[in-house]
Amino acid sequence: MQKLSLALVGTLTALAALAEPNLAAAPAPALTPYFAANCANCHGTDGKAASAIPPLAGRDRAYLEQSMQAFKTGARPATIMHQLAKGYTDEEIAVLAEYFAKQK
Amino acid sequence: MSRFNPDRRRLLHALGASAALAGAAGIPGSSFAAAAGKPGKKLGRVVVIGAGFGGATAAKYLRKWSNGAIEVTLIERNKQFISCPASNEVLGGNRAYDSLVHSYDGLRKNWGIRLVHASVTGIDADRRRVRTDSAGDFEYDRLVLSPGFDFIYSGIEGYDAKAQETILHAWKAGPQTLALRKQLEDLPDGGTYVLSVPKAPYRCPPGPYERASQIAWYFKTHKPRSKVIVLDANDKVISKEKLFLGVWESDYKGILEYRPGWNVVAVDAVTNIVTSELGDKERGEVLNLLPPQRAADIARVAGVVNVNDRWADVDWISLESTAVKNIHILGDALQAAPLMPKSGHMANQHGKAAAAAIVEILSGREPQPTLMANTCYSLVDDKRAIHVDSVHRYNPEKKVPLVVEGSGGVSKEASVEEGLYTRAWATSIWKDSLS
Repeated sequence: MQKLSLALVGTLTALAALAEPNLAAAPAPALTPYFAANCANCHGTDGKAASAIPPLAGRDRAYLEQSMQAFKTGARPATIMHQLAKGYTDEEIAVLAEYFAKQK
Repeated sequence: MSRFNPDRRRLLHALGASAALAGAAGIPGSSFAAAAGKPGKKLGRVVVIGAGFGGATAAKYLRKWSNGAIEVTLIERNKQFISCPASNEVLGGNRAYDSLVHSYDGLRKNWGIRLVHASVTGIDADRRRVRTDSAGDFEYDRLVLSPGFDFIYSGIEGYDAKAQETILHAWKAGPQTLALRKQLEDLPDGGTYVLSVPKAPYRCPPGPYERASQIAWYFKTHKPRSKVIVLDANDKVISKEKLFLGVWESDYKGILEYRPGWNVVAVDAVTNIVTSELGDKERGEVLNLLPPQRAADIARVAGVVNVNDRWADVDWISLESTAVKNIHILGDALQAAPLMPKSGHMANQHGKAAAAAIVEILSGREPQPTLMANTCYSLVDDKRAIHVDSVHRYNPEKKVPLVVEGSGGVSKEASVEEGLYTRAWATSIWKDSLS
């Protein structure tokens, strides 16, 4: 899945470069999946919660991704995450897992 | 490419435009938006009015995502943040008032936000200038307006300034929260507390029902002969209906009485009698009235109130006003998207969406809609809670965020586990918004 999300980013970059040749020549900004901040209300800014709600920062990427997938399919029971996970595509879940795994 | 069936626009939304423009070596989350290409480069000035959940979050994330390249001035008349979420627990005697009160220092120290405690007296949208009563004028490239709501007191005849001294709303947390708690403590066992609920939309849809539950719990454990009467202008419990009705039936039978379709249109502050649209009357020793609501006054000053003379309409990609350019609006003041509640959680998400859009705009890029999510927990006693949640994705045809099909829902039942999450949620969102 890591390959998949990187490939996805590459695809987007290529598309963006085609659409905006001038901007593509500018220094490349680092990636910010803004929507990852959706999670921060409960899981803390950048996933760094210190409470009854589990933190996400620095967790294993595959664990995060598979957990979200299991919530989404209903394989893993939950109070709330089985409902929220259904709002995200598989690609978005991969991006979220990657983002939070990299937070220190 | 085809492997992902790329609805390109949707993926761009999901990743944010800066992701789309990033170098192939980049990995999501490796840094901030880094909109400034060169160190020390400034992208512009943003003034944020209102440091509630929406405004405070927008200010923080503008600094975070621009890597400090956007100068942010946050104007707030109150010296401290006082949380509406969790304030019902104070009324029930299940939380200390002080725990609702939070400093704004984190925004200043951690994020370099210029915090100004003053009241905004005017907005000149042509000259892009904000005037305050005591701190001078501020110029902006983009203005973020997170004004909250004000009451339409004329919606309840007799609820004049004098009546407001004794009959409280406590729907903006602060001195009224403490005053209402005192009224409840002073109420003799056997006394009646009456709560009125206005027709939707209003701030925090499940809030009145949580409040009724908290106070019923307090009566049950301290004043068992006292009663809670809920007079609801709506024809049913408008949030978590089955869950609230279930708890009231199992836990508060004989204590809490719920009357749907009971629209309070008049109050007599001398006799403490309220009257409904249909002429029904009810009396309580403690009256707690919630008049109808609208976007706060400052939204009118800004000229952005353009829906039913009550709410502000926005473009849902940028959250920019459809009435006045360069003004982005957040929170309760908005004409909400379908099934999007007026909640602190939602205001925080609006703040992030607006911050992302402004970073993109000031970087010379096209803003892309992101996803937003909502979670509202309600404590039904001292330990157990229930929730409602939803995920909202921008729909390009309808030009509004819609609840993702199959996502969201409510609790199966009230539980201690969700009670723990409720309190953890409060701690998390206070930190995410304020530090």
